[in-house]
Amino acid sequence: MTNLPSATEKKLGLAIDLDTCVGCHACVISCKEWNTSNYGAPLSDVDAYGASPVGTFLNRVHTFEIKADNRPAQTLHFPKSCLHCEDAPCVTVCPTGASYKRTQDGIVLVNEDDCMGCGLCAWACPYGAREMDAEAGIMKKCTLCVDRIYNENIPEEDRVPSCVRTCPAGARHFGDFADPDSNVSRLSAERGGVELMAAQKTRPVNRYLPPRPKADVTGDGQIDIPNPFLEAKNQTAKGFLGWLDKALEKI
Amino acid sequence: MYPAPSVILFTSLSGIGFGLLAWLGTGHPAVTYLTAFTFFFLAYGLAVGGLLASVFHLGNKINAFKAFSQWRSSWLSREGIMAVASLLVMAPYAIGEIFFGQQWPLFGWLGAAGAVTTVFTTSMIYTQMQTVPRWNSPLTPVLFLLYALGGGALLAGQTGVAMLLLIALGLVQALNWYLGDGAFAAAGHTLETATGMAGLGRMRLLEPPHSSPNYLMKEMVFVVGRKHVRKLRMISMVLLVLLPVLILLLAPAAHVLVGIAVLSHLAGVFVARWLFFAQAEHVVGLYYDMR
Ligand code: SF4
Ligand code: SF4
Ligand code: SF4
Repeated sequence: MTNLPSATEKKLGLAIDLDTCVGCHACVISCKEWNTSNYGAPLSDVDAYGASPVGTFLNRVHTFEIKADNRPAQTLHFPKSCLHCEDAPCVTVCPTGASYKRTQDGIVLVNEDDCMGCGLCAWACPYGAREMDAEAGIMKKCTLCVDRIYNENIPEEDRVPSCVRTCPAGARHFGDFADPDSNVSRLSAERGGVELMAAQKTRPVNRYLPPRPKADVTGDGQIDIPNPFLEAKNQTAKGFLGWLDKALEKI
Repeated sequence: MYPAPSVILFTSLSGIGFGLLAWLGTGHPAVTYLTAFTFFFLAYGLAVGGLLASVFHLGNKINAFKAFSQWRSSWLSREGIMAVASLLVMAPYAIGEIFFGQQWPLFGWLGAAGAVTTVFTTSMIYTQMQTVPRWNSPLTPVLFLLYALGGGALLAGQTGVAMLLLIALGLVQALNWYLGDGAFAAAGHTLETATGMAGLGRMRLLEPPHSSPNYLMKEMVFVVGRKHVRKLRMISMVLLVLLPVLILLLAPAAHVLVGIAVLSHLAGVFVARWLFFAQAEHVVGLYYDMR
C-alpha cells in the first residue's frame, strides 16, 4: 500500500556526524557486505574486474571542499544513504505497492516480490538513495538494516545497522527520532542537526550534524604549517636541548 | 534524465494514438466499415504499441500487472488503469463503426474522455517530480495534451482544427523551453542545500564516491548532446509545426503531401521528446557536480 502512514510509532533513523566522519568508506563496504548476503536480492557488480565496473550500493560517501572567504579550505566527507523520509515521495509514486513505509518504526522498504523495476521511485528520491540492481532488475535501497536491529540471533551489541556498527570514527548514530530523549534526538539538538534539501518537503528523518567551527589558525588567511610549531619548540627548549640549541647558534 | 528510447517511443506513440482515439470517439471523422477499420487499426496500434514499448523499460516485467493496484497514490498506476479502461470502452464503438456501420455515441464519448484522461495521467507522472524542476510545472500536462490532440487531429484529417492545435502546440512548447531553462535555478536547489551546509562557505565536489558511473548517474545525470540543444529545438519546431501547418494550409487535399506532414510531425515529436528527457536536470546531479 503506497499511501503513507499519517504517523509512525517510532522514527528510526541515523544522525550522521560530518565533524567526525573521516571518509574511510568503511560504512560503504560493510553495508554492501551485510546487504548482499542477507535480506533480498544480492547487490550485484557488473564488469567487476573490467575497465568500467558498476555496482549497486545502498550507501555512498561523497567528498566536498568548503571554502569560506579568508579561511583555509576544509574537507567535508558526506555519507549518504536513505533518509527514511516521513513524506517519502518514492513510496507514493510506486505503482505496484512494492514500496512502503512501516507504521511501527517508519522504515521505508521495498517488497522485492512486488517490484516491477520501473525505476520511478528512484526518480522521485531527491537524494539518490535508491538504485536499481542491474542483475535482478529490482529496486534496492537502505533497509536501515531491519534484519539486524530486531535480530535476536545476533549478539545484542550487533543489533544496530551495519554501517553504524562498523564506523571506526563513530560518526553514524542510530536511534529513534520520535523520542526527544533518545541519543540521536539529543545529539541532533545539541549540534544543530540539519535536513537535506528541506525545500523538497520530503521531511527526512535522518539528520546531518554540521562540522564544528575550526580554530582560526592565523587570522590573516595565510597558513604556514611548520613554522608555528618549530618556533614554539625553539623558544621553550630547555636543558640539554636548550644548551645544544645555544651552542649551535654560536658556531 | 536518460532519454531511454523505449520511453520516448511509448510517450510519443501512445500519446498520438490516444489523441486519435479521442477524435474518432467524438465522430471526427464519423467513419464506417473499411475506413473505420483503417483508422481504428492505426489508433489502437499506436496506443497499444506505445504501451508495449513501455513494458520493455521494466527491469522485472513479470510484476507488470501489479501496476494496476496503487491508483490511490500513484500516477503511473492511474495511467495503466485509464489506458486499459479507455481502450476497452472504445472497443464497442469501434466494432459498431467497423462491422455495423453505426455510431454508438455513448461508448465513443466515454472512450474519448478516457483517452484524454490517459494522456493527462501520463503527463502527471512527469509533472509530479519535484526532483526535476523542468518537469514540475503546470505547462507539462498542457503540453502533453496538445501533443496528443494536435497529432491526433492531424491523423484524423481534421485539417482546420489540426492547424490551430499545432500552432498552439508550437507556442506552448516554445514557452515551455524558455521557462524550463530557468526552472532549476528558480527552484533554488544548490550543493549547499543538498548537503544542508549552507552558510559554511562555497562548496565543490572534491572526490566523487566512486571512480566509474553508477545507476544514478546513468539514469538521472544525462549531459550528452546538450550543446546541440538550440539546433535540435529548431529542427523539432520545423518538423513538428512549421512543415505540417504549411502543407495543411497549401495542399490540404494532396494525400501524399499530408502523409509527409504526418511523418514530419512524428519525427518532430521524437526530437522534442528526446529533448524533454535529455534536458531535464535531476537534483541528485548536485551531489555529483553534474547536471
Ligand atoms: S531518502 Fe529517498 S528513498 Fe529514502 S525515503 Fe526519502 S525519498 Fe525515499
Ligand atoms: S521500481 Fe519497484 S519499488 Fe520502485 S516504483 Fe517501480 S515498482 Fe515500485
Ligand atoms: S542502515 Fe544498513 S542498509 Fe542502511 S546504509 Fe547503513 S548498513 Fe546500509
